[in-house]
Amino acid sequence: MANEGVNHGRRRFLTATTAVVGGAGALAAAVPFIKTWLPSAKAKTAGAPVQQDISKIEVGQMVITEWRGQPVWIVRRSQAQLDALPSLNSRLRDPDSKNEDQQPKFAQNTERSLKKEWLVMVGVCTHLGCSPKFHGEIKPEPFDAEWKGGFFCPCHKSRFDMAGRVFDGVPAPTNLKVPPYRFADDKTLIIGVMPEGAA
Amino acid sequence: MIKNAMTKLGLTLAVALTTLAPAALASSGGGKLPAANTRPDNIASVQRGAKLFFNYCVGCHSLQFMRYSRIGEDLGLTEEQVMGNLNFTGAKYGETIVSSMPAADAERWFGKAPPDLSLEARSKGPDWIYNYLKSFYVDHSRPLGWNNTVFPGASMPNVLWEMQGVQHAKMSAAHDGGEAHVEGLELKTPGTQTAAQFDETVRDLTAFLQYVGEPAALQRTKLGAWVVLYLAFFTFLAWLLKKEYWKDVH
Amino acid sequence: MQNRINAAVAGLQDWFNYRAKAFGPMYRKHMSEYWAPKNFNIWYYFGSLALVVLVNQILTGIFLTMHFKPSAAEFAPGISQAFASVELTIMRDVEWGWLIRYMHSTGASAFFIVVYLHMFRGLLYGSAQKPRELVWLLGMLIYLVLMAEAFMGYVLPWGQMSFWGAKVIISLFGAIPMIGDSLVEWIMGDYLPADATLNRFFALHVIALPLVLLLLVVLHLAALHEVGSNNPEGVDIKKVKDASGKPLDGIAFHPYYTVKDLFGVGFFLTICAFVLFFEPTFAGWFLEHDNFVAANKLVTPEHIKPVWYYTPYYAMLRVVPDKLLGVLVMFGAIIVLFFVPWLDRSPVKSYRYRGWISKIALALFALSFIWLGKIGAGPGTDPIETVIGRVLTFIYFAFFITMPIWSKIDSTKPVPERVPAHD
Repeated sequence: MANEGVNHGRRRFLTATTAVVGGAGALAAAVPFIKTWLPSAKAKTAGAPVQQDISKIEVGQMVITEWRGQPVWIVRRSQAQLDALPSLNSRLRDPDSKNEDQQPKFAQNTERSLKKEWLVMVGVCTHLGCSPKFHGEIKPEPFDAEWKGGFFCPCHKSRFDMAGRVFDGVPAPTNLKVPPYRFADDKTLIIGVMPEGAA
Repeated sequence: MIKNAMTKLGLTLAVALTTLAPAALASSGGGKLPAANTRPDNIASVQRGAKLFFNYCVGCHSLQFMRYSRIGEDLGLTEEQVMGNLNFTGAKYGETIVSSMPAADAERWFGKAPPDLSLEARSKGPDWIYNYLKSFYVDHSRPLGWNNTVFPGASMPNVLWEMQGVQHAKMSAAHDGGEAHVEGLELKTPGTQTAAQFDETVRDLTAFLQYVGEPAALQRTKLGAWVVLYLAFFTFLAWLLKKEYWKDVH
Repeated sequence: MQNRINAAVAGLQDWFNYRAKAFGPMYRKHMSEYWAPKNFNIWYYFGSLALVVLVNQILTGIFLTMHFKPSAAEFAPGISQAFASVELTIMRDVEWGWLIRYMHSTGASAFFIVVYLHMFRGLLYGSAQKPRELVWLLGMLIYLVLMAEAFMGYVLPWGQMSFWGAKVIISLFGAIPMIGDSLVEWIMGDYLPADATLNRFFALHVIALPLVLLLLVVLHLAALHEVGSNNPEGVDIKKVKDASGKPLDGIAFHPYYTVKDLFGVGFFLTICAFVLFFEPTFAGWFLEHDNFVAANKLVTPEHIKPVWYYTPYYAMLRVVPDKLLGVLVMFGAIIVLFFVPWLDRSPVKSYRYRGWISKIALALFALSFIWLGKIGAGPGTDPIETVIGRVLTFIYFAFFITMPIWSKIDSTKPVPERVPAHD
C-alpha cells in the first residue's frame, strides 16, 4: 500500500460527484414516499363537490352541511342583518377582506358572498378549529352589548359578524373562510366548485 | 483485476437470472393457449375495450378496485365522456365500478355470482381471457345453452355472440370407454364481424382488462427506464471512485 | 474564509468528541481501522447488499403500514379489508403506493437471493470454522427469523395464496404429537386462519420480528468484527502484521470497502429496478398469480405452493410419505445448518485448498438444494419427480451428516502465510 502519487484532486472530484449524484437520487426517491401522504383517490372522492337544496331555507335561518368533512354554513340573511354590516367596520380586524386566503375573489366584497342574501361559510374558527355558534338575532348578547348578529365561538370567545368577519380584540386572527361555490340554479347550491367563468 | 471482478460479477448475476427465468416462464404460461398479443400501452385499443366492457360486461361484472375518474384520467377522457358513455349506474365520478346486478339475483340466474374482474388479468393472464372469450359454443345441456372449451362448464353465456356469430362443437367419435370430447369449434352462423375483426374486438377488451388489472403499469414502465438509466450512471461513477481508491491496494 | 470554516469544523468535532468519547474509537474499530482482507471477491458483496435490502424493507414497510388494514372483515362480498387495502388503496388510490409495494415485494425476494448467496459463500470459504462459529450461528438465527418474517408478510394481503399458505404452514405444527392440534388453534386464534391470525401476524411482521432481526444483525456484525473477516483464500491475515499492528494483507474497511460496496449496491439496485419496473411479479415468482384473488376459505387454489425461497424445504415435506417425519425432515434441513462449524473438520478453510471430494460434495449439495427448489415449486404430481426428490433429500442430509468424515480425509493443499499475489 503506497500513498505517494495519489491524485488527490481526482479523488476529491469523484467523491464529490458520486455523493452529489447519489444524494440527488436519494432525494428523488424520497418524493414518492412523501407523496403517499397526499389525499388518496378515495379521500378526493369523499371531498368532491356537494349539492345542497336551498329552496326551503327561510330568511334568517341557517343550514349546516358537510364538505370535505367540515361544517359549511348556509345562511339566508335578512335585510336588517345585511344593512348592519357596514356599521361594524370600525370594530373589525379586516373589514374589507384584504386577506385573500380567506375567500375566493368573487367574495371579496362587503357581504363576502356571491349573492347578497346568501352567506356560505366554512364553519371552522380560524383560531384553533372549533365550530362557532350561530347567534343571528340583532339584540344585546352577554358577550357583546351591541350585537348585530353573527357567530360566537364557545372555545375561546372569538366573535364574527354576519359576513364571517372577525372582530378586533379576539383570539381568532382572520375572517372565517368562504369555500368555492356556485349556484346551479335558484334552488341548488354546489359547494366545492368556483362559479362558471371564475378561475 | 477490476475488469476481472466486473466480468465475474456480471457472470454470476447472469447465471442467477438465467437459472431462474426459464423456469419462471415455463410456469407462468400455465397451458399452451395462443398468445393474446394485446397492446395495453395503446390508448385507443384500451378505450375501445372500455366501451365494450361497459356495453357488454358491466351488467354482471363489477370492477370494484377501479374508479370511473381513474379511467378518465388514464385514457384521456373528460368527466362528461366517462359519465355519458361509460357510466350507466348513476354512480359518482370518483366512485368504483359496481355492477347494478344484485348479487343474490346473479346467483339465482347463473348459479354463481359473476366474479369481480378488477384483477382478472393479473390472476388468469391476458392470454386466458382472450381465448376464453373466443371459445364459446352452443351446448344445450348447459343451463344457459352455452359452454366453453377454455373453461368447460362456465356459467357465463356468450355475450359477444352477435359480433362473433354462433360456434358449434365438432365432437370426436365416442370410442370404447372414453366419452366424446370437443375436437374443435366451427362457426355455423356468421356474426356481424369477420373472424379477424372479432379477434381485434376481443383483443381490445382484453387490453382494457389488462389496464384495469394494473392501472399504474403505464407510469411504471415509463418511470422505470429513467430509474434504470440513473442507477447505471451512478454505478459507473461508483466504479470510477472504487478504481481510483483501489490504486492504493497492491 | 477557508481557515474560518476549517476552524469551525474542527471546533464542532471537538465539541462532539468531548461529549461522545466512545464514538471515535468505535468508528475506527468498525470503519477506518477495521482491517479487512484485501482479496475479497464477488461473493463478499452479498453481506452489505443484505443490509441495503433490510433498510429498504423497513422503510417501505413503514410506509405500507400507513395504508394497510390488517382486517379480514368484509370490504365487499368475498373481499376482505386487508385485500382491498392492498389492491385498491395501496396499488391504486394512494399516489405512488404501487411503487412502495413493489419495492417491498421485490425486496423480499431480493433479500433471500442475497442471503442464500451469502450463506453459500460461508460454506465455500469455510467462514463458519473456528473462530467464526458465533458469526455463523447468529447468521443462521437471522435466516430463521427472516423466514418467519417473510411468511407472515406473505399472509398479510389475504389473497388465496396468503390464506392457503398460512393454513398449510400452520398445520405443519399439527404434526407434533399430543399438543399439535391445540398448538395450531393457539397460533391461529381460531379454527382456521382468520381475522385474529391476520392481526397477530401483522403485529409480529411489522414490529416484533423486525426488532429481533435488527438486534441479530447488530450482533452478527459485532461478532464478525471481533474476530475479523475470512477471505477466499482462507488465510489468517492477522498472522503477519506490520510494526503498527496492521495486518499486511488487510486494508481499511473505509474507504476501500465502502467504495467497493457502493459500486456493488449500485449494480444490484440497477438489476432490482429492472425487475421492479419491468417485471414486478417476476412471472409469478415474486408475486404469485393466485394471490391476486381474494382469500376464499371454501376453495383451495389448484396449485398450492409456497414462495420460491421456501420451495426446497417444501419439496422435502412433500416427498416424505409420513406427516410427522416430513415435518421433522423439513425443519431438520434448516436446523442441520446450525451445526456446520462443528461438522466441518477440514484443516483448511477455503475450497481452493481442499481436494476433489469436498468440491464434489459441495457441488452435489448446491445441486440438491436448487433442484429441490424446482420440485417444490412444481405441482408435485409426477411420481418420478417424487423419487428424484427423495434422492435429493438424501443427498442434502448426507452432505451434512458425512461432512465430519469427508472433510477430514480429503486431501488438502498447503495454505500460504500471506494472500498470494495472483489475487
